[in-house]
Amino acid sequence: MPILKIPTPLRPYAENQSALTLPGEIVEEVLEGAVETYPMLKKHLFNDEGKLRPYVNLFLGEENVNQLEGLKTPLSDGDTLLIIPSIAGG
Amino acid sequence: MKIHIPLHLLDQIQSHGENAFPNEGAGLMLGQEENGKRTVESLLFLENAREEENQHNRYLITAEDMLLGEKEAARLSSSILGIFHSHPDHPNHPSEYDREFAIPWYSYLITSVNNAEAVGSRCWRLEDDRESFSEEIIQVISN
Repeated sequence: MPILKIPTPLRPYAENQSALTLPGEIVEEVLEGAVETYPMLKKHLFNDEGKLRPYVNLFLGEENVNQLEGLKTPLSDGDTLLIIPSIAGG
Repeated sequence: MKIHIPLHLLDQIQSHGENAFPNEGAGLMLGQEENGKRTVESLLFLENAREEENQHNRYLITAEDMLLGEKEAARLSSSILGIFHSHPDHPNHPSEYDREFAIPWYSYLITSVNNAEAVGSRCWRLEDDRESFSEEIIQVISN
């Protein structure tokens, strides 16, 4: 199963775990599994319309999945998916 | 809540804000959190990735730079504790835009820079409900 790495700020919403092993054949399924298992994660990953918040980025190894197939990017057993926030403000 | 920062690092943060003026400057604070006590140990100065014409009141740290930050933190056996940025000619209080894009847990240190001179820094953390910030007291560690 793929592994989802949780950044430090979001660990309190996932029982302080740094990595979750979740079923899923594409990125979207792994994220859905994460928020089903840890509902507190949801409001920090998704906005009220159910879309990924703009600061949430997903990397498969060194590659941003936006450069691959986005949420439909296929995952293999043992792949590591990283949640990396981008930071904006004013 | 307190965040402990060595004086020389706070000076560097404020100088960075002055050098970025009239634009916003930003970077990462790396360090340790143990039993709720945060101590900044090093800084990572980053490019403001916003388009040039908006850098006077906006900043952006890209995911690629955050990935670099995570790697640097791992190399130093530390963590990204938070983000510093400057407010040119504005108070060191989070803006509504800051709140909209903020992430809980991180410390957001804001330096007010008036006419290219840093006049004070305050630090903030977003509440879990994302509705407001609470101030985190900056405890300066003498060199």
